[in-house]
Amino acid sequence: MPGVLSGLLILPLIGSALILFVRGEDEAALSNIRYIALLTTLVTFLLSLIAWWQFDPANSAFQLVEQASWVSSSITFKLGVDGYSLPFVILTTFLMPFCILASWHSIERRVREYMVAFLILETLMIGVFVSLDLVLFYLFFEGGLVPMFLIIGIWGGERRIYASFKFFLYTFLGSVLLLVAVMAMYKSAGTTDIAALLTHRFDPSLQKWLWLAFFASFAVKMPMWPVHTWLPDAHVEAPTAGSVILAGILLKMGGYGFIRFSLPMFPDASHYFAPLIYALSIIAIIYTSLVALMQEDMKKLIAYSSVAHMGFVTMGLFSMTAQGIEGAMFQMVSHGLVSGALFLCVGVVYDRTHTRQIAAYGGLVHRMPLYAAAFMIFTLANIGLPGTSGFIGEFLSLLGTFRANSWVAFFATFGVILSAAYALWLYRKIIFGKLVKPELMGMLDLSAREIWIMAPLAALVIFYGVRPGVVLDAFSAPTEALLKTTGLALGAVKSAALMAP
Amino acid sequence: MYSAIVFLPLLGFLIAGGLGRVIGARSCEIVTTAFLMLGMVLSWIAFFQVGYGHQGAELVDLAPWFISGGLRVEWALRIDTLTVVMLVVVNTVSALVHLYSIGYMADDPSRPRFFAYLSLFTFAMLMLVTADNLVQMFFGWEGVGLASYLLIGFWYDRPSANAAAIKAFIVNRIGDFGFALGIFLVFTLFSSIAFNDIFARAPEIAKGSFHFLGFDWPPLTLACLLLFMGAMGKSAQFLLHTWLPDAMEGPTPVSALIHAATMVTAGVFMVARLSPLFEQAPFAQTAVLVIGAITAFFAATIGLVQNDIKRVIAYSTCSQLGYMFVGLGAGAYSIGIFHLFTHAFFKALLFLGAGSVIVAMHHEQDMRKMGGLWKSIPFTGAMMVVGTLALTGFPFTAGFYSKDAIIQAAYVSDREGHVFAFLCTAIAALMTAFYSWRLVFMTFSGPPHWAEAEAHAQDISDAHKPQAGTAFAPAADTSHEHGHGPVHPHESPLVMLVPLAVLALGALAAGFLFKGVFFGDAAEHFWNGSLVFKDEIVKRIEEVPFLVEHTALLMMILGSALAYWFYIVNPSLPGRLAAANPILYRFLLNKWYFDEIYDFLFVRPAKAIGRFLWKEGDGRLIDGFGPDGVSARVIDVARGAVRLQSGYLYHYAFAMLIGVAGFITYFIVMGAR
Repeated sequence: MPGVLSGLLILPLIGSALILFVRGEDEAALSNIRYIALLTTLVTFLLSLIAWWQFDPANSAFQLVEQASWVSSSITFKLGVDGYSLPFVILTTFLMPFCILASWHSIERRVREYMVAFLILETLMIGVFVSLDLVLFYLFFEGGLVPMFLIIGIWGGERRIYASFKFFLYTFLGSVLLLVAVMAMYKSAGTTDIAALLTHRFDPSLQKWLWLAFFASFAVKMPMWPVHTWLPDAHVEAPTAGSVILAGILLKMGGYGFIRFSLPMFPDASHYFAPLIYALSIIAIIYTSLVALMQEDMKKLIAYSSVAHMGFVTMGLFSMTAQGIEGAMFQMVSHGLVSGALFLCVGVVYDRTHTRQIAAYGGLVHRMPLYAAAFMIFTLANIGLPGTSGFIGEFLSLLGTFRANSWVAFFATFGVILSAAYALWLYRKIIFGKLVKPELMGMLDLSAREIWIMAPLAALVIFYGVRPGVVLDAFSAPTEALLKTTGLALGAVKSAALMAP
Repeated sequence: MYSAIVFLPLLGFLIAGGLGRVIGARSCEIVTTAFLMLGMVLSWIAFFQVGYGHQGAELVDLAPWFISGGLRVEWALRIDTLTVVMLVVVNTVSALVHLYSIGYMADDPSRPRFFAYLSLFTFAMLMLVTADNLVQMFFGWEGVGLASYLLIGFWYDRPSANAAAIKAFIVNRIGDFGFALGIFLVFTLFSSIAFNDIFARAPEIAKGSFHFLGFDWPPLTLACLLLFMGAMGKSAQFLLHTWLPDAMEGPTPVSALIHAATMVTAGVFMVARLSPLFEQAPFAQTAVLVIGAITAFFAATIGLVQNDIKRVIAYSTCSQLGYMFVGLGAGAYSIGIFHLFTHAFFKALLFLGAGSVIVAMHHEQDMRKMGGLWKSIPFTGAMMVVGTLALTGFPFTAGFYSKDAIIQAAYVSDREGHVFAFLCTAIAALMTAFYSWRLVFMTFSGPPHWAEAEAHAQDISDAHKPQAGTAFAPAADTSHEHGHGPVHPHESPLVMLVPLAVLALGALAAGFLFKGVFFGDAAEHFWNGSLVFKDEIVKRIEEVPFLVEHTALLMMILGSALAYWFYIVNPSLPGRLAAANPILYRFLLNKWYFDEIYDFLFVRPAKAIGRFLWKEGDGRLIDGFGPDGVSARVIDVARGAVRLQSGYLYHYAFAMLIGVAGFITYFIVMGAR
């Protein structure tokens, strides 16, 4: 079936157009809007499954390619996916229905605009992962910020202006440099076709500059220490669904950028700067885990834990070993599910009590046993317990890193201890203990809608923990190709690393 | 059959956990217990088939787990003698504990959850012992850690139980930190994590060297040390032992199953399983030997003065685990495993017996408030005496064969530090006898202190609240929470006494029945290569001098006599001795102050650093010079140009789109040329 990918881009736009056609502001109209949005995201998800079904994971080349003339002969509208990008496309389309469901009752103002913003955001996010042209990528990459600004800034919490401003300032800095780099690449290679750029060998000194410019943008997106401080604020102020998308998809764009551009296009520079990435990753893992330990706001804690988990990703990617890269990619998919689910968990109680303060809770298990069970599963996945998806990514990225540099792996493994500390502490404060606070006495357990949100995520988190091959195998062909073509396979790294003869 | 053994508990967990509220508590109990009973029968069949038959190691492939680059991890069951020994231990104790819990937990409203957790634990433990590779072992390893966390914190209303649960998990994670690094190193060295590949190439790999953290290490020594760190955490060895006594917050059947008979022995199992690696790493073996010896000694000293009946047994467990490691470190792996095997019976017996006492005392755990229980609960008393005899190594009971063999193995070993280990274990044997009999005497003989409590129940009910040193709430059962009221000790129901009787049988007979196959004449054939079995150690044990041969017996008699002297003949002596040596007494009572030291060294600094990094690092430094600082400067400089600083996001977004449009224009122009 040709045109699957452009279909994925167009479907949410059609949905948002339909929503704009719905007349009136009464309850029936709002209900229609919600159902249209849900249906659109579900159909998009089904279409992405078709794309997956047509996709051959053993092939490392770009597949389902579509090309149309666009700006010029060298800047075209080119779409395609490979083993790195397709899982993220599916992750995006998979998470969207949950976001719509999570916003069902919690969004009451400007429902129409909210749903339109989300659907457009979906198009833009899918676009990031499917575009095979650098300019197209840049458009989608930066365009995604607009709806996100709006979602935080309009439907956010009390300090939403501050948060969205911070978000803007950081990402703007990155995107300016990225833009310059894109122009420089076009000038050097004469094309913005990603497939062509992948085979182009940039001059090593130019590589370093380009790498730094891309790094500026992707590091902010990841986010890596020390440009991470926008994330806790953005998460805290964003509505639940916004946090899910932010943690689930937007953070993954940085990692995707590293694997799509920095590593294969600037291999020499990547090798050169790997120690920098290692250092920042270790700091991110230990520093933000310690900070997470002291948080008083649920969402902030999870946000800091996200930064720590992204530290494993950057570290694994730049270990340039098969396990490190595949583990990092898997970690991103897994973290997309787990952190998304954790934010949904926060949303469940926030909708009931309208506070995110950890101290305001305690003893919820007495009133909400199902919620406690779901929250437990995601907490365990967050701390990387074997048998959940969190383990595979963390384990593989650490293993790969150990092969490249045992010092780095040694320090990063401390994150495994710290993550258990803050995650279990959070769980204990919220779920366990005596139920004494009067305002919690009337809490109701998960509603049917919420069960529909939690159950598939929990099932998937465990399924991927036991049989990760479904996703993990998609990464193996492109990783093999990447390591081979860039000549950065372990042999080259080993000589520079700390292996004694 | 093997799949059934492993997956029946998982099925039980899913039924009890998922449908518990639908099918009711009673059905959950029956289903999970029946599954475990079946598993137990099958395990014993497997034990005789594999151990006594001519069946070699068998590998049941289930499915691939994950494959990445050269790393291939399978779900598989490895069935050899070492595994079936563990299967028997785990399933027997687990089945009996399930049965016992039906009685013990009869009043608890969350029974489905309890039985689900017990079965989940059993499943994870079985995955651990049947693992065919390090990663699957790690899966079971963390899985039992999770189950232990859930069960310690089973009564989640109690803050102390929650704290203990988290402590257990985190201390175990510290051990797992080493375990994980060990796995990474093994893969780096061997390019495989499957046991067969590793064992085959161990001698060849041992010759190289590996650079780690600035030092050149003999690769296998480093790997074994890292892996042993995991074992130290799980088996509560010296330095990583602090979680085990606190774990007694969990219900007593849990203490029997997880914190005495099975999970805590996972570390012992791991070292035995990896014996082909440890054989190539003499320094790591010495470490095992010395850490084990220190633990055996140090935990016994603390056990001497504790007043909580469960904590005494917990420290005893800690100490006995030390013995097992001494056996392993001495190179006598089969003897270490033999002690694991016998210990499971008598320690589970002691814990379940203690549980029976606690039920009889209406959830009182302080031994100072017991006494004189012989008349009220004679059967439990008799069972406790059997357990004590076996633990202290009374001739022909289970402990007599296994513990004596360890002490002798330490004597004849050729590892460095074996003399130290011999002395430690010998002195610990004396202390073992002392604290074990102290427990029995304080609980069952002498004047009944609960009778006094009964008399004063009204006015001193508050005084019965936990003391500073032993922080635990009286019971989960709310009806017992406010003072104890009159105590009328009564014998437990039959469903609790039957498991006691079965375990007592094991505690008496497991020694002489299985000594022959574990390290006697039939051992070579029995183990069949599933662990490193060295005949010469057994030979040398047979030739030790008379005094060494009977060291353990001597120590046992001495310790028992001392306990008799202290607690029967001259009951005021312990108090006077404690008063005369206040520093030593406090030091022991407060468990060598490990909790306080760790709190000071790690917990507080971590929190302080976390707060500092958050407030100063993120707040002041990064935000101060980053976004907030920039905005402040911008506002300073461009105070007049407020119209640009509209604060509306639309405007920012619009500005960005203009930028994008400009960019496209640029390319159109470029492209047109």
